[in-house]
Amino acid sequence: DGDVQRHLYLQDVLMQVADAPEKPRVPAFACQVAGCCQVFDALDDYEHHYHTLHGNVCSFCKRAFPSGHLLDAHILEWHDSLFQILSERQDMYQCLVEGCTEKFKTSRDRKDHLVRMHLYPVDFRFDKPKKSRSPTSAEVPGDSEERSEGEAMEICSEPVAASPAPAGERRTYSHRSVSKLFLKHVLNVCSVLRILGCTWAAALLILNSER
Amino acid sequence: MWSRRQGRLRPTVCAVEELRRRRREQEPRDLALRKARREQQLVSKRLLREDAPEEAGEGCVAAILGEAEVQQFLRQAQRGAEEKEREGALISLRRGLQHPETQQTFIQLEGSMRTLVGLLTSNQALLQLEAARCLHELSHSEQSTIAEACLPATSYLLTYLSGHSSDFIELCLYTLGNLIVESEAVRRQLLPQGIVPALAACIQSPHVAVLEALGYALSQLLQAKEAPEKIIPSILASTLPQHMLQMLQPGPKLNPGVAVEFAWCLHYIICSQVSNPLLIGHGALSTLGLLLLDLAGAVQRTEDAGLELLACPVLRCLSNLLTEAAVETVGGQMQLRDERVVAALFILLQFFFQKQPSLLPEGLWLLNNLTANSPSFCTSLLSLDLIEPLLQLLPVSNVVSVMVLTVLCNVAEKGPAYCQRLWPGPLLPALLHTLAFSDTEVVGQSLELLHLLFLYQPEAVQVFLQQSGLQALERHQEEAQLQDRVCALRQTALQG
Repeated sequence: DGDVQRHLYLQDVLMQVADAPEKPRVPAFACQVAGCCQVFDALDDYEHHYHTLHGNVCSFCKRAFPSGHLLDAHILEWHDSLFQILSERQDMYQCLVEGCTEKFKTSRDRKDHLVRMHLYPVDFRFDKPKKSRSPTSAEVPGDSEERSEGEAMEICSEPVAASPAPAGERRTYSHRSVSKLFLKHVLNVCSVLRILGCTWAAALLILNSER
Repeated sequence: MWSRRQGRLRPTVCAVEELRRRRREQEPRDLALRKARREQQLVSKRLLREDAPEEAGEGCVAAILGEAEVQQFLRQAQRGAEEKEREGALISLRRGLQHPETQQTFIQLEGSMRTLVGLLTSNQALLQLEAARCLHELSHSEQSTIAEACLPATSYLLTYLSGHSSDFIELCLYTLGNLIVESEAVRRQLLPQGIVPALAACIQSPHVAVLEALGYALSQLLQAKEAPEKIIPSILASTLPQHMLQMLQPGPKLNPGVAVEFAWCLHYIICSQVSNPLLIGHGALSTLGLLLLDLAGAVQRTEDAGLELLACPVLRCLSNLLTEAAVETVGGQMQLRDERVVAALFILLQFFFQKQPSLLPEGLWLLNNLTANSPSFCTSLLSLDLIEPLLQLLPVSNVVSVMVLTVLCNVAEKGPAYCQRLWPGPLLPALLHTLAFSDTEVVGQSLELLHLLFLYQPEAVQVFLQQSGLQALERHQEEAQLQDRVCALRQTALQG
């Protein structure tokens, strides 16, 4: 009977793991990534460590993410000041669920969406709102999520490297009033880019929002 | 998992021999399984366990853990000073979780799942892996309460599917597959959490083990009772069907373990009948037909390493797709025109006859669907001289007899030109033989065939009568289901 056969197969009749070989052990070696001093004696372990901790790492704040998708979202939302500006005018916070194209005005709105529509946990660890202190480890116990963000330039004391925004941008300002100045500066830069025929995606976004 | 294990564990041939030996020993269990299947209670789960033999030395069977011990291990895992210590605590917990009692204890302990999820999402890779293994043990439980206790972890399991660590992804997929089987509540959560797009992204992985695991998880999702309404439409709308069919294409890249999983997935989708024309539009018929040819080729080269595992779902898929009205309306290109399929099918039938007779009905079912509406397949049957091999299958079982006779009816009803090729020949003696069967269905189908034969080949009547055909008929004239047909045939015979 075909179904019975299928069942037996799945019950591991063919693949009894009882005599599975142990993980091949190698002489202990250390992870070669700068700053990482973990030591391993099995290649499988090292592979998993590498992918988890060094695979999708934000080059600005060194946070590690489980996937390229989440890393991209993080970089955009945390380290791209253009994003902050644009998010004042249009919904920029993309839903984190792959396949869902919804966008939101704020990180909080997005979280509400994740919880209500996608049944995600309220404390989903890969959707932390931006904090103003520097991150030390990715293991963040359930701390406050009250910090408001999604407002431009609320990154006052965050010691992060410069974002991929156009040249000449400074990240030392924290007041809203200054943001207008910044906006104008960015727009000027983008006009320059436009004239130069640059197809930089953000420039296009600016152009769209201008219309 | 298949390919990885085959490479490492033992030579392929031995694995199949082992399988056969175990099968012979497990007849009583097989009967119980068949009963469970009839009652639709056959729940299949997969357990990945990688306990190295060295651990077996420490006292083979892991002990059941009490509440205090579970708490202690969790605390150690969470707050231990050394990473090795934390890992060790999780390993001990995992071993304990092999027992249903420990699983119950675990889920009843407040905060335990929260701690485990915290470890699952920690930045210590090996802790993460061990925590995932603990979850995997829990997923193997047959109690839906335990599966439901794992709900807080599902969003993370899905998130990790788009990572890059193939072993970890494989583990997450098998865990998800097991949880899916056990609880509708889990499925109700996984769908809005985006399991379908996650799987659609994951299916592009180059890792065979990941693909096998994905096939497994998907096959469990597709067998859910609410699948036709709630699950299959979104799967058909995704890129999953095209990828599945790609993995079934014969050629050097075909991986048997992966193909088996996706063949079953396809079977469940086709059975649901949600949108089979869509699958036909994606080329399912030609892919499966070519795969059938490939299987027949492999059988002839006597490479049957678990081949029957792929044959069954492929045969079922083809048979079911052929019943779609779309097949006829779609026109030449999409139809399964390749008449090598008949030859391939017979090679497989011979193989089943020798090695696995229980699969004969599957193959004959396909033959029936091929010949039912297609004169050209009937012609192939005749021109390839396949009537006699077909008749040789009659003694196998009643079910097989009925199907063989049905196929022959399909051929006979195509008209006199076809009947002329059926008789004179071994057909009439075979029919006289089947008329002696006690099974009503076999006899009934024999009567149908005789009727067609007499209709298109009246000369056969005389020979029938000469060979005591009438007596053979009269044996059944008291049988309620057969009476009318027996009488009608008697009359035809006596008049002719």
